[in-house]
Amino acid sequence: MKRQFLMGNEAVALGALHAGAARGAGYPGTPSSEILDVFNRLGGKAEWAPNEKVAAEVALGVSFAGVRAFTTMKHVGLNVAADVLFTAAYSGVDGALVFIVADDPGLASSQDEQDTRRYAVAAGVPLVEPSDSQEAYDFTRLAFEISERWKIPVIIKLTTRICHSGTIVVPRKPDRDLPKAHFERNIPYHVMVPGHARPAHHRLRKKLAEIAEWNETEGPNQKISGSKNLGILVSGVAYQHVREASPDASVFKIGMSYPLPVRQMLDFAATVKRAVVIEENDPYMADAVRAAGGIIESAPEMYRFGELDVKRVKRILAHDSTPEAVPPRGKPPQLCAGCPHTVTFEILKRHNCIVAGDIGCYTLAALQPLAAMDTQICMGASLGVGLGLRHVLPREEAKRVVSVIGDSTFVHSGLTGLAEMAYNVPPTGHVLLILDNSTTAMTGQQEHPGTGRLLDHSPANQLDYETVVRAMNVPNIGVFDPVRQPGEFEKALAEALEKDELTVLIVRRPCILAVARNGVKPGTTEG
Amino acid sequence: MSDKVTSIKIAGLGGMGVLKSTQILAEVFFRQGFDVKKAEVHGMSQRGGSICSDVRFGKKVFSPMVPAGALNFLVLFQDDQFPLYEADCSPGTVILKPAAIDPAKLENKRALNIAMLGLLSRHLDIPVEVWLNVLHEALPEKGYAVNESAFELGRKS
Ligand SMILES: Cc1ncc(C[n+]2csc(CCOP(=O)(O)OP(=O)(O)O)c2C)c(N)n1
Ligand code: SF4
Repeated sequence: MKRQFLMGNEAVALGALHAGAARGAGYPGTPSSEILDVFNRLGGKAEWAPNEKVAAEVALGVSFAGVRAFTTMKHVGLNVAADVLFTAAYSGVDGALVFIVADDPGLASSQDEQDTRRYAVAAGVPLVEPSDSQEAYDFTRLAFEISERWKIPVIIKLTTRICHSGTIVVPRKPDRDLPKAHFERNIPYHVMVPGHARPAHHRLRKKLAEIAEWNETEGPNQKISGSKNLGILVSGVAYQHVREASPDASVFKIGMSYPLPVRQMLDFAATVKRAVVIEENDPYMADAVRAAGGIIESAPEMYRFGELDVKRVKRILAHDSTPEAVPPRGKPPQLCAGCPHTVTFEILKRHNCIVAGDIGCYTLAALQPLAAMDTQICMGASLGVGLGLRHVLPREEAKRVVSVIGDSTFVHSGLTGLAEMAYNVPPTGHVLLILDNSTTAMTGQQEHPGTGRLLDHSPANQLDYETVVRAMNVPNIGVFDPVRQPGEFEKALAEALEKDELTVLIVRRPCILAVARNGVKPGTTEG
Repeated sequence: MSDKVTSIKIAGLGGMGVLKSTQILAEVFFRQGFDVKKAEVHGMSQRGGSICSDVRFGKKVFSPMVPAGALNFLVLFQDDQFPLYEADCSPGTVILKPAAIDPAKLENKRALNIAMLGLLSRHLDIPVEVWLNVLHEALPEKGYAVNESAFELGRKS
């Protein structure tokens, strides 16, 4: 096939298409968000689920029907979907199930730097790590094959640099004659009660032992012979930096990093005078090789923070752990001029509110000049954290606490928080603002169950926030357009802060970029 | 083809068309048969914050990010962004600034990114037809003439 120039995310989508994936389900999250849009544009069946757990469950269901499925998310999304992952590893799959998970070393747009390889170990599922778009394509195809062959979920670990770098890809012929979906009753495999899960755990460990053996002999790992003085064991995009930083070194590129090809790694380390493990994030491979008795060097602690690049690899190889120059800070991102969130936070600031915030564009309100958000941890936390504060703070302070959550985040993980609010009511009541801008703005204006449109922007059922809030028996509900009715909105907020009751205010005004984008092709996050 | 890798960094603020111009650049080199890599930043940094993208081409390119000191061209869409990238530059780095484009002759200010590509194109040994073909395919038909004249303006500046 002809060569193409593809971003990592596009290469993954093409790989999934060529692997004949019957459905992809995910929840947006930079840097993974473009995969499903591209898959849809290429003709694949793709959906945005309310959150990553539901997405993974949908994909698992598809795989129980004997066909190939995948789910996409950013690294923290796997925290939400982890419950599915751990037990799907036991149940196994009938068709194939691939988790596409994008890490963010360097925190380009995330709240932490967690390393997905740790999940592979904890759950006991194979994990592959591409180093460019070609491998993103190849490893996606391979992940479906491994998943189907061993009936086990497989993780593809991407990183921001892989997702959002373009490199050349030569695709292969699509898979043909894949099985058709049908349901095969198999209660001991599909129903994970203790009596079924005990043998399932044994089956899982047996599969992993076989895959480990396969990875030693046929795995997607590559040795490049070079100097006998220096050998580098490396995975992911760091491989590219290594080849440039040290063109003469011998290199062992690990493509499948769980289960690791430990014997091969030990052999490689033993053939060179100096063996160095270079990897982004946690010292995961270095620890594993050492635990197996290998004599290797690894990067000093300072290099587990942030991305690697050619310069940092050179420093590691030169044993340089002197402080690195701090790069000058650019202009920070801000809310767009005219963003409806601005009005809301100006009002919250005027009322000296303690704002338990959440994640989305509106988190930018925590930065100067607004500085009007006091907490932000993970999606949905605005509710629980705000309620916790209300429960224990002295009355006068408690009454100033407001929880603020975006519409997509509310559907993702605010519904259960709202149930908590309605159930364990603090003595001063509570106030929740749902910022309904009719899109998932921060990650590039994706649809969600509250927008009334599907992933491809075609019409869909629309979640009605007012009815949901009413169904939870919250006594005070209001709906305001912050731009058209700032006065009324402010008055309602002031009244709510006075009452010792529960109030939910729905602040409804579409994101200006989503309005501009409507009618424009999906998947363009061009700015 | 020599083994030399050419490295370009485009820098501006979110909304100035940094991503569009890197997409065009990478496509031009791709069509010329080079190995090409580009690295860009999406997400939060697009809300008007500082943003930059790297494009590298040659016979074989490894890292998608331009290593410190290996930058051949720094293309700035706004002068005040220079200090952020000063450390990437070496004495050999060619720095292209928007001041080179006569604002009076730029029909639409939003086409500055394309004008800067025109300016950069003068330093690269690639036939002008290749640039124009890629521009034509990458930009919307509506308003294309403005972009083409911006490119020509940059090329003559
Ligand atoms: C578990 C998890 N999944 C995904 C993300 C990425 N993410 C953060 S907030 C958000 C949604 C933002 O949408 P919304 O709440 O509607 O706010 P808006 O940006 O539209 O203001 C997404 C997708 C994340 N941080 N954590
Ligand atoms: S993208 Fe939309 S929600 Fe985000 S800052 Fe801009 S206008 Fe506001």
